[in-house]
This record gives sequence, structure tokens and C-alpha cells, in this order.
Amino acid sequence: MKKLFLIGLKDLKLAFRDKAALIMMLLAPFLLTLGLGAVTGRFSGGSSSGISHIPVLLINQDHEQLGNALVEAFQSKDLDELVDPTLYNDTAAAYKQVDDNKAAAAILIPEGFTRSILPVQGQEPSGKVVSIEVYTNPTAPTSVGVVKTILDEFMSQVEVGRAGGEVTVTQLVGSGRIQPQQAQTIGLAAGTEQASETEQNTSIRLNNVTSKGQAVKFDILALLAPSMAMMFLMYTVSNGGRTLLIERSQGTLPRLLVSPTTSVQVLGGKMIGIFLTGMAQMLILIVGTTVMFNLEWGDPAAVLVLVLLAVFGAVGWGLLLTAIAKTPGQVSAIGSALMLVFGILGGGFIDTNSMPNWFRLTTKISPNAWGLDGFTTLALGGGLHDILTPLTALFVMGLLLFAIAVLLFNRRGLTTN
Amino acid sequence: MTSILETKELVKKYSEITAVNGISFDIREGEIFSLLGPNGAGKTTTISMLSTLFPPTSGDAFIGGHSVLREPMAVRNLIGVVPQELALYEDLTARENLIFWGQMYGLSGKSLRMRIDEVLEQIGLADKAKVRVKTYSGGMKRRVNIGVGLLHKPRLLFMDEPTVGIDPQSRRAILDSVKGLNQQGMTVLYTTHYMEEAEELSDRVGIIDHGDLIALGTQAELNRQVGENDTLVLHVDETQNGETLAVAVRNIRGVLKADVTDHTVAVLTSQAETIMAPVILKANELGMKIRSVDIQEPNLEAVFLTLTGRALRD
Repeated sequence: MKKLFLIGLKDLKLAFRDKAALIMMLLAPFLLTLGLGAVTGRFSGGSSSGISHIPVLLINQDHEQLGNALVEAFQSKDLDELVDPTLYNDTAAAYKQVDDNKAAAAILIPEGFTRSILPVQGQEPSGKVVSIEVYTNPTAPTSVGVVKTILDEFMSQVEVGRAGGEVTVTQLVGSGRIQPQQAQTIGLAAGTEQASETEQNTSIRLNNVTSKGQAVKFDILALLAPSMAMMFLMYTVSNGGRTLLIERSQGTLPRLLVSPTTSVQVLGGKMIGIFLTGMAQMLILIVGTTVMFNLEWGDPAAVLVLVLLAVFGAVGWGLLLTAIAKTPGQVSAIGSALMLVFGILGGGFIDTNSMPNWFRLTTKISPNAWGLDGFTTLALGGGLHDILTPLTALFVMGLLLFAIAVLLFNRRGLTTN
Repeated sequence: MTSILETKELVKKYSEITAVNGISFDIREGEIFSLLGPNGAGKTTTISMLSTLFPPTSGDAFIGGHSVLREPMAVRNLIGVVPQELALYEDLTARENLIFWGQMYGLSGKSLRMRIDEVLEQIGLADKAKVRVKTYSGGMKRRVNIGVGLLHKPRLLFMDEPTVGIDPQSRRAILDSVKGLNQQGMTVLYTTHYMEEAEELSDRVGIIDHGDLIALGTQAELNRQVGENDTLVLHVDETQNGETLAVAVRNIRGVLKADVTDHTVAVLTSQAETIMAPVILKANELGMKIRSVDIQEPNLEAVFLTLTGRALRD
């Protein structure tokens, strides 16, 4: 195990001594982010987020206070550019629209939703929680993430109102200022007031409140920076894979293989080297954009986990590429092509949501798409539980590609073309 | 003396091509054994099999009693390898290279640092240890390349043509260091196509050609195969084709064999002084300009010429 890390650390050191590689790994994504940010008006006060008019279908079967409030939230002026809500009565028809890729999500507000949270005056609460159902389009993860974030925001405000009412009533009853039989009426009034105050102060928009209560704004750079970082991560992993073939031609690989080091240790060490280099690149870019552009990437722990798995998935591609190619030149050529193709598939340059279904499915082969999905969700205020799908996809991708690469290396041997 | 290495009918085939054709020899503990042969003779393939880089097609070899086929890791711990091509990380310094390769051989901590200091002194690069290898001259890189092979004090050191493409001064330094290592007790397997190097260094020599081990023994034993024959060596003008002269002199009475390498014609004969005049006459007839003529007593070059009919540096 120690040798794996020694080989990996040696590769990390070599990568950071290669000036050309450093330019591609760090400077290029940084400058592209800067350039694209300037083009989209990020640095001149522009508000374009790059995500707009997300088609959302609302089926309001509640027709009461909270159900109506949710519909109004989606129809509010603040979200005018971001979402394009349509009211539906027929749930099946709405779901079919989602299935047919004509909407990012359908939100079903069931009957009794309001009453399950805010009891009607003079009636006992039902005690049964009625949940909102969100039917999502798996080919539009970023848009779905936005819709879910709006919903989360709404639900947290409802929760603020409900909890606020309870606290007010408990304190008033405890201090003897009201009678227990007055509790329900006063609690409902207090809760409604607090919820509406919250709504006025932080009306639903693409301004989310994190678990720490700090306001974060969705930023075009939160889309561009991870997109560029993921794209140039593909350069790093293919360049890392290329070093295996360079070592073969320069004689250091055969020399390693006649030392008391197994071929599994050599391959594992190379993988760790590529992984560490990719991690270093991503973390430098994240810290750099955070410090220089004041960019909010989201929950740091979740970002770290996502970076780990995004790099893991990308390393799988780097190793597969190395196992297939015969010369360092081939890795460079295919790697560059793959970097651009995956960059496009990732959604950093074009809105993949407006593309045909087959195209959106194709994007799923790239770690970029999954990575960008996760990073966007986190930047919108999501947590680790919101990015489980991309995390799983990236892990499976890395594992699968690594296994195929090892099979190919085993068949061909490390020292032969 | 006990054998540290023993090969048994070692064969390596690549599809239709037989690179090594069933060679068997042994190397005794503490000796310098040279494998002498022209380019493409199978020297590097033999070292690659012995160092466990790839397995033989058939046959086996034993180093320190361990089979290269069945116990490669045990073999790797006993051997050091100085490959023909430079196998270094040029963006690392000499010291960083030595640290990395030492760690690959299981060295660490104080013992690694001490050993690196010793090796840097040995290869004469202690004062340049913190400079990146890519800034070194070819000779300095060769010395680091050798240093890496010595770090873990191997019992048997493989040196595959370590003096190819370097200046005479660095070559001299390398040959002296090989002798020095041997005096310290290290066994060396040295491959070369330079007859002079094999003659200067070796206790015993194996001559390899087209994958076959065609002769094996001490230099005296090998020279006896040539008998009393001398070699007449003619250096012709660089603008002229020595092959024409080699073909022509083969018909002169007393000439046993004749071959050409670059612009040097080697003529094996038992009557060097007698045939010198007819050979020069023949050269004049062909309009060839002779720059110099030497008479060499029996040597490995003559042995190779006797056995193969070709000059060594083909």
C-alpha cells in the first residue's frame, strides 16, 4: 500500500512541475470561467443564471391556504424568468408531459395538504401528514434540482410558521396569559403571521437559505466554474494516463517492474497519482474561485465528497483511455477530443435540457454531466442527500471503467504496446 | 566459486522471430561476466528475462537459487538493473530520483539517506544532487542511471550497454566504477558490443550472435579458438566502400576471413606481414585510399570474426 502512495505522490510532484500541464490544469479553466462569466454579465451586475424558464406543472388538489400559496410562489414575479409554471387538473396528463420530456417536473399538491399542517379553526388536526409529490424528469437533473430547491424553501417557511405558532402558544399558556382553550386560535394566527412575515422578508426566489441561515444567491459562476473545472479535469486524467505510456517508452516503467514492485502496485500507484492530481486541481480551482470571485459552492463537506467521486469517475475514463491507446500521442489526441465532447455533454456550453431525449441520455456517460448536476444542486443550497444520485453514478462509473481498464492491461501487459 | 546465476536453455520467441535461442551459462559469485555481441544479438532480451521483466518462452534461469519464472520477487530483491536507455525522471533532481527508487527497493529513513549520500559520492554528483536531471549532460545522466541500480547494494548487477552514446571521459569513469564495484564484491553481468570493454573488464565472456551463445570462456580460452591468427585491420577513406575491398582480399592466399564494419576492413590471417603487401596492392587496384593499417594479435574481435565470418560491430 505504501508503494502505491509513493508512486502516486511522485506523479503528483511531476504533474506540478510540468508548466504546460499546469497551464491546462489551472490557468485555462480559471481564465475560461472568468471570460464566460464576463460574457454573461457576472462581473457587470447582470443577473442571467444560464438556467431559465424551467417548465413546471402544478396540480393543486388542495385549493386551500398553503396549496394556493405554493402555486402563487411558483407564479410570483421573482421566479418569472426562472420557472415557467402551468396549472393542470389531470395528474396523469401532467405526468405524461414529464415523461414526454415536455416538463422538468410535475408537483402534485394533494387534497388536505393545508389541513394536515394548519388545523381549521374549531377542528382537531387530523394527525396524518399529507406530502407533496414531485414527479421529476431524470434527463433534466439541474432543472429538477432548481424546482426541488424552490419547494424546499417553501416547505421550510411553512415549517417556520408552524413551529413559530407552537412556540408562541406554549409560552403564552405557560405564563398564564391565555387559557388552554384559546391555544388553537392564537397558535394558528401567530403561525400564519410568522410564516407570512418570513415570506415577505425572504420571498421565494432563487435565494435560498442554507442550514446555517446564511443567504446564498445562485450565481452564473456556480454553473460555469464547475463546468470548466470538470472539463479540464478530463485533461488532467488523460494527461495522467498518458504518463503511464510515457514511462513505458522512457524506460522508467520497465525499471519499476524489475524492482520488487508488482504490476498491480504500479497501476494502482498511477491511478492514485492521477486521482491526487485531479483532486488538487479541483480543490485549487474551488478555493481560487471562492476567494477571487466570492463564489458560493455550497456545503463544503458535500462539495468535498462530490469532488472525490467526480475525480474518481473521471480517473476511470483516463485509465480506460490509457489501456486502449498505444502511444502517448494517441492518448493526447483522444483525450483532447474527449475533453471537449464531455465538456459539451456536461452542459457547460449548451442547454442540454432543450436537446432531444437521446442527447440527454448520452450526456450521462460523462462525469461532467453528473458532476455539474451535483455542483449546481449544492450551489443552490442542496445538501449531501440531494446529490446521492450523481454521487452513485460517478462511483459506479469510476469502478466500472477501472475494472475494464485493468482487464485490458492484464490482457496486454503493462510493458507492451 | 559458487554460481549466483544459472540459465538453462533460455528461449525467447516473438511470433516467428527467435530472439534468444536456448542459451545456457552461469555466472560465478564475484566475477564480471560480459555478454558480447553485435546489436540485435539478443543481449537486452536475455537481461530482460533474467531481470524478470518478461518471462522466457521456454527454459528457466536461477538467481541466488530462485527461479525467474516462479519466484520473480525474490529475484528482484537480489538484482540491480542499469538499463541501456536512461530510465530516470528528468523533472526530479538526482537526489529525488534516488529517494524514489530507493523507496521502491524498500529503503527508507536514515538508511536511505545515508545510502543516497554514499551513492552520490560514488557517482561523483554529490554537489549536483539538488539539480533537476534534465539539466545534466549525457554522461552525468548515465551516472545517475547507474547510481539507481546500486542503491540497494544488489548481489548481482545487470549493466546493459551502459556506455552507449557517451563521451570518452564518462565512458572511462563508468568502466572504472564497474571495476571498483567488482572489487567491493559485487557480481556484474555486463553486456556490450565493444570488444575493448569486454576485454578490459571481464573475467569471463559469452559471445552471443543471432540469439545463440556461440562461445563462452575466459579471454585466454576464447583467444585460443583463433589459434595463431592475427587480424589485419585496414581503415579506408570515409568516402569509399570498404565492402569492395573485403570481397577482393578474400581471394588472396593466406586470408582466412575478411569483413567490413563502417570503413574498417578486418582480415583474419596467419601471415599478417606476408599478406599486407598484396592487400594494399589490391586496394590500389580498386582505387581505394588506405588511411592506416594495424596488425592485431588474437583478440575477441578475431574470435567473433572466426566464429561468424563477420566483424563484431555489424
